[in-house]
Amino acid sequence: MKQRSHLWLAISLAVFFSLLVVGAALAQDGSPRTPTDDEVNAIAKQLYCPVCENIPLDVCGTQACEQWRGLIREKLAAGWSEARIKQYFVDQFGDRVLATPPARGLNWLVYIIPPVAILAGVFVIYRAFMAWKQPADELDSEQESASREDDDYINRLEEELRSRQP
Amino acid sequence: MIANFGYGTLVITFVTALYGIGAAVYGVRKKAQEWIDSARLAMLLTWPLLTVTALSLIYLLVTGHYELEFVSSVTSNSMPAYLKVTSLWGGQAGSLVFWSWLMSAFASAVTLRKWSRDREFLPWVIVVALITLAFFLMLVIVYENPFSRLWQLNGGRVVSAMYQPAGSQLYRPPDGQGLNPLLRHPGMVIHPPMLYLGFVSFVIPFAFAIAALVTGRTDDRWIRLTRRWTLVAWLFLSLGLILGGRWAYDVLGWGGYWGWDPVEIAAFMPWLTGTAFLHSVMIQEKRGMLKHWNMVLIILTYALVIFGTFLTRSGVLSSVHAFAQSGIGPWFFAFIGLTFITSMSLLMRRWNELKSEAHMTSLLSREALFLLNNLLFIGILVVCFWGVIFPLISELVTNQKVTVGPPFYERATAPLFAGLLLLMGIAPLAAWRHSTMKTLGRAVWKPLVFSLLVLAAVFATGIRSWGALLGFWLAAFVTSVTLYEFWRGALARRRRSGESLPLALWRLAGRNRRRYGGYVIHIGVVLMAIGVIGIEVFQTETQGTIAEGETLSLGNYAVKYESLATFDVADGRNVARAVVSVFKNGKYVGELHPRRDYFYESQQPMTIPGVRSTWEDDFYVLLVDWQPITSQGATFKIYHNPLVNWLWLGGFVFIFGTMIAAWPDRESELAVEKARRTKYAAAKA
Repeated sequence: MKQRSHLWLAISLAVFFSLLVVGAALAQDGSPRTPTDDEVNAIAKQLYCPVCENIPLDVCGTQACEQWRGLIREKLAAGWSEARIKQYFVDQFGDRVLATPPARGLNWLVYIIPPVAILAGVFVIYRAFMAWKQPADELDSEQESASREDDDYINRLEEELRSRQP
Repeated sequence: MIANFGYGTLVITFVTALYGIGAAVYGVRKKAQEWIDSARLAMLLTWPLLTVTALSLIYLLVTGHYELEFVSSVTSNSMPAYLKVTSLWGGQAGSLVFWSWLMSAFASAVTLRKWSRDREFLPWVIVVALITLAFFLMLVIVYENPFSRLWQLNGGRVVSAMYQPAGSQLYRPPDGQGLNPLLRHPGMVIHPPMLYLGFVSFVIPFAFAIAALVTGRTDDRWIRLTRRWTLVAWLFLSLGLILGGRWAYDVLGWGGYWGWDPVEIAAFMPWLTGTAFLHSVMIQEKRGMLKHWNMVLIILTYALVIFGTFLTRSGVLSSVHAFAQSGIGPWFFAFIGLTFITSMSLLMRRWNELKSEAHMTSLLSREALFLLNNLLFIGILVVCFWGVIFPLISELVTNQKVTVGPPFYERATAPLFAGLLLLMGIAPLAAWRHSTMKTLGRAVWKPLVFSLLVLAAVFATGIRSWGALLGFWLAAFVTSVTLYEFWRGALARRRRSGESLPLALWRLAGRNRRRYGGYVIHIGVVLMAIGVIGIEVFQTETQGTIAEGETLSLGNYAVKYESLATFDVADGRNVARAVVSVFKNGKYVGELHPRRDYFYESQQPMTIPGVRSTWEDDFYVLLVDWQPITSQGATFKIYHNPLVNWLWLGGFVFIFGTMIAAWPDRESELAVEKARRTKYAAAKA
């Protein structure tokens, strides 16, 4: 009976230590790993440092940008998401670190003005075209049907004129 | 002595320019031809005078006169002689002298043409060209004097002044700071002069346009007179942009050619309006339409030339406040405003005289498609202009600067560029005046079928990116249309003349260089588009730290780190040069030497890639970092850039096409004019 209880104790201890070892090993696997350069650059290329204007962070060679990349690596290692890291830099240095202005407030203008201007251009051209077309409709049908052949006629005319030049 | 001489000729040139302006205006008012001739001689004189100024400055740069602030800021003892010469445009003051010198060359050249038929234009061309030149000379003399010397005051403080301040003595540093390392590249030797040539030569067509507005001679004579000037300006500007792209690819170490940087955009904007103008003037020449629009385009191009120089020279890009603090910023701003308002006022005054001689009759006619092409170019301009100035507006209004970077420009301009490519395919097949779906369909179906076959072939290779598929289809469509046009023209000529096909093709292109030069340019654009699609859609990259003997892989490629050496070189650099072996599909294909140069004088590093180039792709290796003592090794960044060399090939073809189009031919302007008049007479009858 006593022997059996010793056996159970030994088995229990073995299971307990096995669980400890497995748990420790699992905990090891779950620990934050070192981010790769590519993971760091994937975020860095969306950011701009305030000093090196118009150079994305992933390709900027200055000391300051190197430190920023190190910071991204640290945050990734700490398990931060891409959005959280970008927001961290915005909070620290302002909207200018982002490759494009966030769509809010005055920044909306940057996205609205070009399509509005282009549409206005389309409208102006359309109106102008209609205004031009009006009198053209009154032209006789013979003129309306003029096409590429007309071009050939003019080309021949041009050549003839050219050949008459001294 | 030499500095005084150079400065003296600079001041004399400025006075000469002012005299030329005054004499031209006086000559017109008093109808005194001798005064206009005198103004013409004054304009002719500006170039030799400024040549003396430029040569004086080059002499001072080459001989290391570091007592001059400009010389000490851009040269150093260790720099090779050719870089000392090119450092003329390596700094603000020198580049403004260089700009003025090129401007004077074009202004002087224009005086040498035969003016007998266009005598009324002459005084106003002189006035516009010399006002522009005088403005730049004023900036150089008053704010950015390259001959200004360094003086040490009694307290030891060093100041810069042209003439000796009281109680000071000349200060001569033993060595200069040297040229910015980024500018020590063969591309930089040619790139800025080409851009500047493009900029200044656009002043000439603008001057003629203003002369036409002032004199009221608003027919298309000014366009015919400046056609070649415009093409030459466009050629130089295009060449400058292409060389700039190549320089960025070779020197900036980020695996790309175009970063949508405001400085790049500053040069791109006048190119956009210039390109729109080159297309639009054809409508005026052929049909006597869009006269207002052509004036607007050339006025815009001139304004953008000055605006581009303002952006890069006033410091406004770093901060809107730097603009206000810089001496030249407000002057530039005032000059742009004044010239733009004056030009537009003149245009308004002549508005009724610039009425079209014909009407747009079909939405599918060539002129309508050209108009659409203009809209797309202006659309891209709006995107670029707004993207550049919005950060300044934001800073001014909210005191917070924002970045408008590549994602904005790429998203906004990609559909517009695609639209331009499509038009490039359709417009050459559309007839002037009138085109229907039927006639256009008849012309377009063969190239369309061919391009769809190409699209199917591309799809069969496994490409599924819709952007790439659309781009390749457009490239195939434009190529087939353009080649079809050559083929059709050559066949027609052979039928008529009995010449062999190659001879017929040669003579066909020779007889209408502008048209066929234009088609060659289109082929160049297509090749460039293939390169752009390759790098924009298919570029891949990776970065990693590897020990000697280890490899880093990217797709089919791998690099093996062999060794690294660091050493000093005579021109003041410390070079860290890695040796890597490149493998493709496991097979050794060569050795590359990416390196990092550190310039002691400017304390600036520069990354020079090792590149393996083929028509298929570029394998581009950068040395990012290294640890020579530890066993960790070196960090490399590698890019795989498919098809990028088609971009450079396209650049060559593009420039070749422009040269064909700009080459003088024997075509009589009178004959074309007669033909056009005859056509309208026939149409009206």
